[in-house]
Amino acid sequence: MRAGGRRAPRAATSTAAARGGGAFPGASPGVSLPLPRRRGEYLPAWLLIPAIVAVALLVLPFIALLVRLDWATVPAAITSPAALQALGLSLTTAAIATVVCVVLGVPLAVAMARSPGWLASVLRTLTTLPLVLPPLVGGIALLALLGRNGLLGGVLAVAGIRIPFTTAAVVIAQAFVSLPFLVISIEGALRAIGTAHERVAAGLGASRFTVFRRVTLPLAAPGLIAGIVLCFARALGEFGATALFAGNAAGVTRTMPLAIYTAFNGAGVEEDTAIALSLLLILVAVAVLVLIRGWRSGAVR
Amino acid sequence: MKVDLRAGRGGFTMTAAFEARPGEILAVIGPNGSGKSTLLDAIAGLLPAVGSVMIGDRVLDAPPSLGGPGGARGVHIPPARRRIALLGQRPLLFPHLSVRENVAFGPRAQGVPRAEARRRAEKRLEEVGLGGLAARRPAELSGGQQQRAAIARALASEPEALLLDEPFAALDAPSAAQARRLIAAQHRESPAIPIILVTHDPMDALILAARTLVMHDGSVVQSGSTAEVLGHPRSEFVAALAGVNRLEAVGLSGGAVAAAGLVLRGHGGTLRQGEPGSVVFAPGSVRVDAVGPAVGGAGSGAGDARSGDAGSATAPNRWAGRVAQLDPIPGGIRLHVAEHPGVAVDCPSTHAVTLGLHPGQHLAFRIDEADVSVRAGLG
Repeated sequence: MRAGGRRAPRAATSTAAARGGGAFPGASPGVSLPLPRRRGEYLPAWLLIPAIVAVALLVLPFIALLVRLDWATVPAAITSPAALQALGLSLTTAAIATVVCVVLGVPLAVAMARSPGWLASVLRTLTTLPLVLPPLVGGIALLALLGRNGLLGGVLAVAGIRIPFTTAAVVIAQAFVSLPFLVISIEGALRAIGTAHERVAAGLGASRFTVFRRVTLPLAAPGLIAGIVLCFARALGEFGATALFAGNAAGVTRTMPLAIYTAFNGAGVEEDTAIALSLLLILVAVAVLVLIRGWRSGAVR
Repeated sequence: MKVDLRAGRGGFTMTAAFEARPGEILAVIGPNGSGKSTLLDAIAGLLPAVGSVMIGDRVLDAPPSLGGPGGARGVHIPPARRRIALLGQRPLLFPHLSVRENVAFGPRAQGVPRAEARRRAEKRLEEVGLGGLAARRPAELSGGQQQRAAIARALASEPEALLLDEPFAALDAPSAAQARRLIAAQHRESPAIPIILVTHDPMDALILAARTLVMHDGSVVQSGSTAEVLGHPRSEFVAALAGVNRLEAVGLSGGAVAAAGLVLRGHGGTLRQGEPGSVVFAPGSVRVDAVGPAVGGAGSGAGDARSGDAGSATAPNRWAGRVAQLDPIPGGIRLHVAEHPGVAVDCPSTHAVTLGLHPGQHLAFRIDEADVSVRAGLG
């Protein structure tokens, strides 16, 4: 692929030279030289300095983490029952939260993309709210709604349902903070594809559901996948809202981030465990990204 | 198909009423913004509209009326159940499906089993000359091939009417010719369906459509046989669209007419002395010659029975003038003379070179009687 791409311009050069050679003999010298490639010559060079600092800001902490890691204790730390329990809980709750987000978020994104301007703006603002609020505030808000003394707490208590400090609360907190990522991503994709293909499909006799299933969803697939990845990653890393709304009970609500926090805040000896667990979380995140990217390049397009 | 509709979007309103028979291609011409696409969208049910649309005895739209087919609520069949295919300028193939699956989409959506739908798709693709490309993705096809696949897809859904919205506008000349032939072949197909062809190019209408409807500012300004609509436009507007000279005329004694300072004889109608009317002729029908000693020498129409009085500006169908404006047109040059500014004359490129056309040049013009259309009345 890359080799072909490199060869093509050279072939074009030589044919152009061969053609031009007859008419303008003076133009042939230098034919064998590759054409100079244009770089970003229109932008100031000093822009590179902050760009390099930005890369350093993003990457150096992780390098420091790896350097600081006591590799001898890593296997024991990440295979300890507590760590595996936290990891299992994290993966399960994040997966459930992602499914919940897809089920609720795709219809919301469709509604947003296809509603008139003002309504779409209102919906978008409401959807983005959890994105810009600190998750801690989200946790307090969830408690205010579903907590024992919350708005719906009484009703739920009568029905015999208790949500705060259960695994369900973890899922709700994760869905609350990660839903915006999914919705915004899919809505953007839906807006970009427009309605022209949907109109064609309807004209060919497809029912609304068929249009949605066979045209709208496949066309929005890249946005959907990106949204799901972001949503899952955000759910996996969710800490603030979970800590307040679900608590930190081992095996019930202690997800990986909470386990890391607990380890870090415990006796100083366990700091290494926290770092090892962080490594585990990083590995899971990277694995998800790689998996999705590989699947995407293999499928559609 | 019977259509009588009023529809609008964004403050613009379009009204049109017409009928198109099965097997007929009806052309709708007009400039951008005249309401052509609005009309098609309304017929396809994609735009809210008031009025009625019928195909055969199937009512697709009916206004609310107590005695009407839809009673007090009227009728509006949604696009998916109208059986009307709409094909636009862009092919809009589904990029995630193979060409075959694109064409099979219509039958599949209508409940045809997968194998049968594929078989139909293959057959349609053969018809449009894409039999070997069925397994490709749309992105692997050229623009012309994509549009032909889109035609195959539209026909595979077995519509009861076909709406074409500038289907050739985005294609290069050979691809457009190929697509045109496919559409032209369609009205010999059975079952015959009405085809509405929206185009900004009157030549598409001339080639494909027996009847033509002209739209301007949201309403129909002229309709009839394509030959009549384009051959003798009833307004300046349609004349400009058809690319012909249309001049207000007054009858002279002896059967000639006076128009824009010219004395012309034509066919199609006669004006009594003093009677108002109009003449129409194509700028390309006018023969341009040099004036003066060079007459006949510059390869002008030798053998013409009347070449003896070339340059005499008083004889009918002859005039002279000084070039005021030269504009390039496909295949030649359009010129206007200072003496008759409302009359456009087209000179083929080879002839323009022979004459050495330049502003200020003195030229003689003549036109055959057979190329001048005369009609009485101001309509």
